[in-house]
Amino acid sequence: MRVLIVDDSRAMRRIIGRILSDAGFEVLEAGDGQEAIDVLEAQVELPTLACVDWNMPVMDGLAFVTEVRRRPEWRVITLMMVTTESESDRIVRALAAGAHEYLIKPFTADAMLEKLDLLGLLPMPVGDPS
Amino acid sequence: MTISPDAFTFVRELVRAESAIVLEPGKEYLVESRLVPLARTAGHPDVDAFVRELSTRRNPATLRLVVEALTTNETSWFRDSDPFTALRQSIFPTLAKTRPHRQIRVWAAACSSGQEPYSILMTAQDTPELAGWKVDMLATDLSQEMLDRARSGQYSQLEVNRGLPATTLVRHFERSGLGWRISPALSSQVQFRQLNLMRPFPPMGTFDVVFLRNVLIYFDLATKRDILRRVRQVMAPDGHLFLGAAEMTMGVDDAWERVPAGRSSVYRIREEHRSCVS
Repeated sequence: MRVLIVDDSRAMRRIIGRILSDAGFEVLEAGDGQEAIDVLEAQVELPTLACVDWNMPVMDGLAFVTEVRRRPEWRVITLMMVTTESESDRIVRALAAGAHEYLIKPFTADAMLEKLDLLGLLPMPVGDPS
Repeated sequence: MTISPDAFTFVRELVRAESAIVLEPGKEYLVESRLVPLARTAGHPDVDAFVRELSTRRNPATLRLVVEALTTNETSWFRDSDPFTALRQSIFPTLAKTRPHRQIRVWAAACSSGQEPYSILMTAQDTPELAGWKVDMLATDLSQEMLDRARSGQYSQLEVNRGLPATTLVRHFERSGLGWRISPALSSQVQFRQLNLMRPFPPMGTFDVVFLRNVLIYFDLATKRDILRRVRQVMAPDGHLFLGAAEMTMGVDDAWERVPAGRSSVYRIREEHRSCVS
């Protein structure tokens, strides 16, 4: 499975990328919403998942999610916001725009894997540490 | 019962050296709750005695266990997911057909910081067959600190990130300072009470569903058997008991039988033992 990580912070792309490549994903990256659209348009095989920051230059995460949901051929992509925006109304807006899940920064690797589990994107359920 | 400052400082320095995770003052409850099982397994009466020996002998394997216990993240919501799916898809709908008073009683017997009883209540609200029903929830724990936390319904951002779908978060929580607080509609349904599973249970009626997950593993066989026998006495004859994935009643108390429930299993009192239930 492939994932597109859309975040203007290279450090954050690296952190998310490491968690998801350990979980078996092939990682694509983009630094903002517009770049992410360019990446998607260039793909023969679409990613299964996109992890999307909210605040980015050029095109923000909400606009990107709205654009992906506008295009029928991209409906197969599962969208998860990964952002510091933590107010309820932000979460509601993102879900209404078409995001499937919402992970608030900072987060742990376990929290991200549990979100993927909720989305049915992990080959194995998250293990019970006890 | 709170960990001593010396013991907390030792554990704090150990965890910081080994994992770079800093346990801020105020996290004593976390250290206590995570180390109680290790202390008990090692035969110590309390966490202080366990840490005292650890600081003297510095057994590498035990040191590693302590670091692991403290660096495993907070309890998840809907932990292991399958029991909650089983509740929603089969157990609650079945109970809804057999309870004329439109009321279900649930006991979360080791509720820790509250994620489990609240997750059960959220699941009940997502079960159409229980619309308009009263779900009476008793949540107990050995630790008063944990109960206070659970009762407050206050969770950090990191805690609500753990296994909680975003739709559930916005439906059942409200922002509170830097964290989130469970909605009063949900928290008002829970009665929290301190309870030591090793002692006789106080009068508390009978339950249709009991969650006793990841607790029995810390007790010896005789204690497990005694606890399971006493749980039978507070269980409705057709009630359902959930244990942790690594726990079972077989060979411990065979009055229980394991029954598949979706991808999970649930334990029920065997027919021939139901007559002895008070």
